[in-house]
Amino acid sequence: MGRAAVTTLLLFGVLAGGGGLLWRLARGRRAAARIGPPVLFGLLLLAAWQVACIGYGVPGVLLPPPSAIAWAFATHLPTLGVDWVQTVLRAVLPGYAIGCAAGLCAAIALDRSDFLRRGVMPLGSLAAAMPIVGIAPIMVMWFGFDWPSKAAVVAVMTFFPTLVQATAGLAAAGAVERDLMRGYGAGYLATLLRLRLPAAVPFLFVALKLNATLALIGAIVAEFFGTPVVGMGFRISTEATRMNLDLVWAEIVLASLTGTLAFAALSLLERRVAFWHPSFR
Amino acid sequence: MINRLGSALPVAAVLLALVAVWYPVAMWMNHDAAASLADEGASAGDVWRSTLSLDRPLLPAPHQVAGEILDELSGYPVSSPRSLVFHAGVTAGAALCGFAIAVVLGTALAVGIVHARTLDRSLMPWVIASQTVPVLAIAPMVIVVLGHAGLTGLWPKALIAGWLSFFPITTAMVTGLRAPDPMQRDLMRTYAASGVQVFTQLRWPASMAFLFPALKVAGALALVGAIVAELPTGAQAGLGARLLAGSYYGQTLQIWAALFTAGALAMLATGVVALAQAGLARAWGGRL
Repeated sequence: MGRAAVTTLLLFGVLAGGGGLLWRLARGRRAAARIGPPVLFGLLLLAAWQVACIGYGVPGVLLPPPSAIAWAFATHLPTLGVDWVQTVLRAVLPGYAIGCAAGLCAAIALDRSDFLRRGVMPLGSLAAAMPIVGIAPIMVMWFGFDWPSKAAVVAVMTFFPTLVQATAGLAAAGAVERDLMRGYGAGYLATLLRLRLPAAVPFLFVALKLNATLALIGAIVAEFFGTPVVGMGFRISTEATRMNLDLVWAEIVLASLTGTLAFAALSLLERRVAFWHPSFR
Repeated sequence: MINRLGSALPVAAVLLALVAVWYPVAMWMNHDAAASLADEGASAGDVWRSTLSLDRPLLPAPHQVAGEILDELSGYPVSSPRSLVFHAGVTAGAALCGFAIAVVLGTALAVGIVHARTLDRSLMPWVIASQTVPVLAIAPMVIVVLGHAGLTGLWPKALIAGWLSFFPITTAMVTGLRAPDPMQRDLMRTYAASGVQVFTQLRWPASMAFLFPALKVAGALALVGAIVAELPTGAQAGLGARLLAGSYYGQTLQIWAALFTAGALAMLATGVVALAQAGLARAWGGRL
């Protein structure tokens, strides 16, 4: 029997055995039925990937096996660390903070004028459908090749979702609660700080979570337009053309991990801050 | 409708204010470049005037961008690589193919997830997990690898656009197909409706209200995917290539023209989806 035939048999075995187990797990009603299948499905995918890559002799320049990616991740840790600092800490974090803060401030400012709000909001939702990453070359021209231009792209990308969500959030406090605040003799500022901003928090977290992934991808793509010789986007684009795919995949694993962890951290924070919201009770 | 008319005036006012701010900002930003280019002994007034007509301004004035777009749209034959119509067509074609893949695949996945519990439990988390992979970041690798395997041109870009845009369709359709409440399903059962009938006459129509907003999001994502996928191909064709080439050679007007064209395409996509929704609503004699 040839190597390809053995591999096919093995693949069939892995998929059939795993699939059967998956089927039985998903029928159960215990907690394992919730967590088990996705984990198993993932492991199955990795196993099939590994077996197929090795067995069929897929060249590493097409698709490296998971083991090679893990090895590249382990051996290139210093490179990955430097890229991560450049992209995540220098570009994403400042841009994210500026974009989200500016969006919130703009929403509060717009909130005072109904005319302005009706003028800006349609444009804000329109901006959500725009390919904003396209401004990256312009930002490179304005702010130079290094991280400030990437931070600027991230800031613009995160601004509009925050503006839209914060505006919706500021309108979320009910009329009864507002009347109550008025009954207490509370002015605009007190109503904003004590009632309307807290009421807007769940909406803000929608934007914050959405922006976390958006910002990371924005910074990586912005680096495709020119960057100093460091950064996750730079590494991905140059190593892809040099056919070093295991390092490219390692960068992608790192990006996925960062995005997932940021999302999880924000979700945890949301549970702490907006614990009163019906979706958590 | 009243709501839309009510916001037309404010939107126009905001846009007008934007343009009004744009001009002085452009003059201020371009002043250094204009001063260095000006002839010896040019008066300050001449320098300020020339800030709005530079070849490579730091920030082009709105009328310069509009002129550049008109020039690139009508100045060359459609098949010429200098024509904006050509590049917009290349990008729109890739985005549209990816969008079609996403609609078919996303809907099929949703139907499977709604009807089979095993698929729901095992597939749905991975549909979500597939979105934690930064697809746009993978784009260069996918393009390079597929190019290595002999696949170039439209389809690699369509693949990226499709991968990026199937997620909103799947999640919306899963929600939509599950939208009918138990009472309606019980009613169908009392009619002795078969599974297929429940699907075509209850679940499918109910899901349409969820599908169309998702289609708008997916359309925008497909366009972004197509544009980013054009970056690593060495700037041959498409709006992404125009952006990159403009970036390399400092052709600001070209960048802005490509950017506005991409925005126009995105608006066109949203508009077409809205029209389709209105058309379907009229055909079914109701609101979606």
